Amino acid sequence: MATQLKRTELIFREDIDYSALMRKIMKMGKEKFIEELIDSGLRGRGGAGFPTGLKWKIVKEYPDPIKYIICNADEGEPGTFKDREILDKASEKVIWGMALASYITGAKEGFIYIRAEYKYLKTKLRIAIDRMEHNIKSLGINFKLDLIFGAGAYVCGEETALIESMEGFRGEPTNKPPYPVNEGYLGRPTVVNNVETFVNAMIIADIGAEEYKKLGTKASQGSKLFSVSGDCCKEGVFELEMGMTVQQFVDEFGDGDTKAVQVGGASGFCVPRKEFKNTIIGFEGVPTGGSMKVFNSSRSMYNILENYLIFFEEESCGQCTPCRVGTQQLLHGIRAVKRKEKPKTYLDELLRLAYTMKYASKCGLGRSVGNAFTSIIENFREEIVY
Amino acid sequence: MISNAEEFIAQLADKHGRKRESLLPILQDVVDQYYYLDESYMVNIARELDISTADVYGTASFYSFLGINEQGKHVIRVCQTIVCDMKRKEDIIDAITELLGIRPGETTHDGKFSLFYTNCLGSCHKGPAMLINDELYGDLTPEKTKDILVSYMKR
Ligand SMILES: Cc1cc2nc3c(=O)[nH]c(=O)nc-3n(C[C@H](O)[C@H](O)[C@H](O)COP(=O)(O)O)c2cc1C
Ligand code: SF4
Ligand code: FES
Repeated sequence: MATQLKRTELIFREDIDYSALMRKIMKMGKEKFIEELIDSGLRGRGGAGFPTGLKWKIVKEYPDPIKYIICNADEGEPGTFKDREILDKASEKVIWGMALASYITGAKEGFIYIRAEYKYLKTKLRIAIDRMEHNIKSLGINFKLDLIFGAGAYVCGEETALIESMEGFRGEPTNKPPYPVNEGYLGRPTVVNNVETFVNAMIIADIGAEEYKKLGTKASQGSKLFSVSGDCCKEGVFELEMGMTVQQFVDEFGDGDTKAVQVGGASGFCVPRKEFKNTIIGFEGVPTGGSMKVFNSSRSMYNILENYLIFFEEESCGQCTPCRVGTQQLLHGIRAVKRKEKPKTYLDELLRLAYTMKYASKCGLGRSVGNAFTSIIENFREEIVY
Repeated sequence: MISNAEEFIAQLADKHGRKRESLLPILQDVVDQYYYLDESYMVNIARELDISTADVYGTASFYSFLGINEQGKHVIRVCQTIVCDMKRKEDIIDAITELLGIRPGETTHDGKFSLFYTNCLGSCHKGPAMLINDELYGDLTPEKTKDILVSYMKR
């Protein structure tokens, strides 16, 4: 099988002198670097895709003496494991990326909020943090970094829930606005970025926006880590340029019998075989936090959908009705149709419910349940019914 | 035991602080030490932080890793999410049941093991996967699972 995918090797490169790089940026100046970051087109790698340069600029310009930098390492999206790989293999780069954010925005304190499931990385991260804190002090920058562990709640990856959790409350998302950039941790302006985003900021500091922009497409600049799993000829974490089609992806990673690819985890979209050729992976097509789950024709799409709905039903924080009741009803609904307790037209009612949840839910969890639900029902209706 | 716990919790409050932000780190350390949050511990924590016990309970019960019911010394969490499901996580559960005699949600009589389902552990490419306390195990087979458990029986 011809390999068409362009591979990049930037994220895990660790042969960088971070202190020297930091000195380079200090010479360049904060304003100039922010411009560079905006120019690079870097968008957050946690899923929502907010421009990172703009986020840092807002926090930098906010007139508050106390600010915070938070690294979102709560990675809980089913099928996503690239942040764990980064924290394991390139921990220094993440930590220096946070130090860079602190220098640019003027924050003196930062936290890595990491899911409890990754506690075995604790010692490694502590060592890397101590080293960074020591080295950055000699550059005249004061930045204190700490580790905070989650306690088993997917919704805490949502940035406002994450902040609630850090403050010692139930991890329930809050209304936006106010956004964390204005009123974040303890009410102070806060940068919340994904693990991979901090690494990308370091790459841009290293190679410059000009070089960085040569990778990817206009809407999806740079390279991206993909977590590949399921019915594949190879599984694992791969760094690829964005902008490829699902077909190109399947040609390289599929097992020759791929029926569907779930792009972006349980919150993402299910792409059926007939759409592989004209679906682009990236912000202009199907956006993704990096999860690519491959299903071959032996898999029941009913089981897959049911599994996702169990996940959402368990992980919904229960705070707002559309999501709390909606996830339950979708799950009960497809089970009832499968058991012939409801006619197959009931699926149309469920589709309307999923649509309502998209608009009436308070946070991204409830709003994205409909993505997988709708794309699976629309493309594999017969598998759900029979 | 209880007076011990009281002292332990006071020490934790000294270490983590008595602010609201200190609550989760304290709860986590108590679970590390005593495996779950007994009601009496929650009362103590509430007193230390000067918040209501209901508030402590309400916060703790939100998080699946902060057990509020009696839980064994070794907590086994088997991933139930789709990729591990496709890779036959049920065989892993059955192997555990065969060896320990517990189903998901149960604790062994000697209080040594509890078994739970959990959601994606971020190890799908190495599924089926499970966590025992803080330790991650991937590429499981029923045999491998039993070997791992036997090593915990001795601890
Ligand atoms: C339910 C839910 C879970 C999320 N989980 C994560 C996560 O585990 N990691 C992450 O970086 N972002 C997660 N996000 C997105 C964050 O809210 C936020 O957009 C992100 O951390 C911002 O960083 P970025 O701009 O670097 O992507 C989640 C969002 C929602 C709605
Ligand atoms: S959408 Fe779901 S997870 Fe989000 S606030 Fe509402 S109930 Fe909670
Ligand atoms: S699905 Fe089991 S570890 Fe991700």
